[in-house]
Amino acid sequence: MCQASEDYAEPVREDPPPVPRPGREQKCVKCAEGLPVVVIRAGDAFCRDCFKAFYVHKFRAMLGKNRLIFPGEKVLLAWSGGLSSSSMVWQVLEGLSQDSAKRLRFVPGIIYVDEGAACGQSPEDRAKTLAEVKLVLQSTGLPWHVVTLEEVFGLSPSVLRCAAQEPAGTEEAYKAAVDSFLQKQHVLEAEGSSSVAQGSEQLCSPPSQDPPGMAGSPTATQTEALSRLFNSVKTLTAKEELLQTLRTHLILHVARTHGYCKVMTGESCTRLAIKLMTNLALGRGAFLAWDTGFSDERHGDVVLVRPMRDHTLKEVAFYNRLFAVPSVFTPAIDTKAPEKASIHRLMEAFILKLQTQFPSTVSTVYRTSEKLVKAPREGCADGPRCLLCMCVLDIDAVDSATAFGAQTSSHLSQMLPVEAGLPTPSCCGAGEGQAQRCCRAVCGKEDMQAFVQEQLCYGCRVNMKDLSSLDPLPPYILAEAQLRTQRYWYLLFQEYLIQDSDEEEETGQS
Amino acid sequence: MPAPTCASCGSARAALRRPRSGQALCGSCFCAAFEAEVLHTVLAGRLLPPGAVVAVGASGGKDSTVLAHVLRALAPRLDISLHLVAVDEGISGYRDAALAAVRRQAALWELPLTVVSYADLFGGWTMDAVARSTAGSGRSRSCCTFCGVLRRRALEEGARLVGATHIVTGHNADDMAETVLMNFLRGDAGRLARAGGLGSAGEGGALPRCRPLHLASQKEVVLYAHFRRLHYFSEECVYAPEAFRGHARDLLKLLEAARPSAVLDLVHSAERLALAPAAKPPRPGACSRCGALASRELCQACALLDGLNRGRPLLAIGKGRRGLREEPPACAPPAAAPTPAPAPPPPTTCAQQNDLRSRSVTCAYQTSIGM
Repeated sequence: MCQASEDYAEPVREDPPPVPRPGREQKCVKCAEGLPVVVIRAGDAFCRDCFKAFYVHKFRAMLGKNRLIFPGEKVLLAWSGGLSSSSMVWQVLEGLSQDSAKRLRFVPGIIYVDEGAACGQSPEDRAKTLAEVKLVLQSTGLPWHVVTLEEVFGLSPSVLRCAAQEPAGTEEAYKAAVDSFLQKQHVLEAEGSSSVAQGSEQLCSPPSQDPPGMAGSPTATQTEALSRLFNSVKTLTAKEELLQTLRTHLILHVARTHGYCKVMTGESCTRLAIKLMTNLALGRGAFLAWDTGFSDERHGDVVLVRPMRDHTLKEVAFYNRLFAVPSVFTPAIDTKAPEKASIHRLMEAFILKLQTQFPSTVSTVYRTSEKLVKAPREGCADGPRCLLCMCVLDIDAVDSATAFGAQTSSHLSQMLPVEAGLPTPSCCGAGEGQAQRCCRAVCGKEDMQAFVQEQLCYGCRVNMKDLSSLDPLPPYILAEAQLRTQRYWYLLFQEYLIQDSDEEEETGQS
Repeated sequence: MPAPTCASCGSARAALRRPRSGQALCGSCFCAAFEAEVLHTVLAGRLLPPGAVVAVGASGGKDSTVLAHVLRALAPRLDISLHLVAVDEGISGYRDAALAAVRRQAALWELPLTVVSYADLFGGWTMDAVARSTAGSGRSRSCCTFCGVLRRRALEEGARLVGATHIVTGHNADDMAETVLMNFLRGDAGRLARAGGLGSAGEGGALPRCRPLHLASQKEVVLYAHFRRLHYFSEECVYAPEAFRGHARDLLKLLEAARPSAVLDLVHSAERLALAPAAKPPRPGACSRCGALASRELCQACALLDGLNRGRPLLAIGKGRRGLREEPPACAPPAAAPTPAPAPPPPTTCAQQNDLRSRSVTCAYQTSIGM
């Protein structure tokens, strides 16, 4: 493959040598003693123990290198039942049970989101899956939460607000935190209560469930509302994106309610490479670093972390098989969908096919993703955030010579009568355009759609176009959209209030 | 069901639906709208200031034909003068026919035409010779790399010959989308950092380049050419099937079927990529041999030619670059290289091969010039 070597800062990679078939005489490449059981990358045959050490080391190194998770922090593990997240949960469990020097020092909980209604599963299937899931969750011994996707209809608009950001932990802060934690441990040990007892205390705490009324089976109306929402979406691409968005909001809500400040998701290297290319095609090029990087702090108080991002899907599959990691199969929204049904499926098929021809495809995309930075557009670091994905908006003025400008101007030329040959009259920037619409119209349905559109980033706008109407959406989204518009108008009016009324307000309040 | 009337003039019968908006328009209103959008791109992006002497990279294919035609129509409004610059890479059976098309266009539109050829500029290295050289090394796919780099150099030379102040090329939105996909798949962070946006401003003495058509979709370019009855050369380059870009192209076709706005979405993503400063190429200097813009000691064109002259064509591609620091050979290119004279292979075989490889007209391939 025409592998580019334009890395100005890094040495050049060469094509991997052809894969030697492991003969009976071949030994593990690492310890040169054991019989190899699995071939990783091209030609690296590992024996069982070395493979396990290699796998675990990658996981621990990813966490240790980034130093984001402070000791004693509560971390929520997002478990979907699939291979990668099951492997992640297993790694965390193993990490917790090691001797004190190497033990993982955070406090985990697990969450499982039941998406059966969105995927069109029957209630019997859902109940069956739920029973299997609960078995696995109970066997982990960690505090677990099972939430159904229908609960998005009960969320409040505060989910969409970016909470105040905690100051990012510096190196010194991390070291200090670790030292103080270790000191506390020594003190406890000296007093006689061993760390084992402390650990078992955690394990014995009753598995916390959401208060009854939330974890109970969802009402039929809610299930119906969810199915109606997903049936009203015209394309599978938009459905998948909507599902992801709702799932993220739900997990955020649970994390905030129970005091978790970090959420770990189990996306593997292969999945992230596919996600990166998919997001490129969806118009989310500005947010690739957040979507595929190790940490995602766009929500402020809750940080999403991806510790499995260095493991390829092949390694995960082999590990799970060799070490019998329990997982539960649940059909997803795109199970059995034809290959060309959505951009996600297309990209997945394309990358996996290319990977067979050029074995370095996934790792190349992964390496490129590491070079992306979380840089907001110049001068817009504190700009308005997207309503759904909570990234800083990446939209230009309507008139500019960019892809966004080209799309919107073609819409304008549809709406207004255009004299042939003349360019459309320039409509001012996004803010003023909003003002024009607000001034002209009453708050009708079409304007609600326009209001919501204004508050979305490019990628979310394109997805919204596939929704026939905004009614089936969960109420918290529309409520937050209205609140933001009201806030915008309030701030605008504040400028124009003359002194007298300010004094009146003050006296009125006092 | 009667055909709808044009949404713009309201009188003529609609002849097409615009791929992006689905709006029904008659032929002349569509062409007018297309030209208006190109004008808007040029004005809003401040691409071609008044009084500019513009060299149009003309390959005879649909994009450069449409570009030349639109710019010619807009020239009085923009106050620019146009020159056609065509590049002869020396691909027998393909480029000769394309050049004939360019000559016809130049005569028809009364635009001055300059032809620069690889054989003259690069010491006898035509693309056929390069392909023979790289084929021996087993990496025949890289001959497209050579063509791209050398063509940009040739275009620059041609533009200087006619005294141009700006270079324009006919890249459309689909080309830009393919480029960003390709660069990610190849891990080319340097190109990702450089690309995106309207074109390069021209640092260090290189002429500023831009792509006025880069927001127009390929389908609309073809439709425009159809309605304005423009004649162009639509065969696929004989080396195209081996290029890596083919994968990106196939992917783009599939993406467009799944979501019609995929092309513009990709262009938007490309505009907004944020790459680490370390991935960006260093500030360009001048090539130590020819003085052109270069990020390293030797510009890529000189480096590639060096490799060819030494009989190690892949010297400047991949890890072979380290060998460049050696002294260049004193001898001229090997005797096998210059073969402009022999007649091209019999037209029937060529056409048949090309027919088998070429796709439908709407995605007819042509080596696009420029960026």
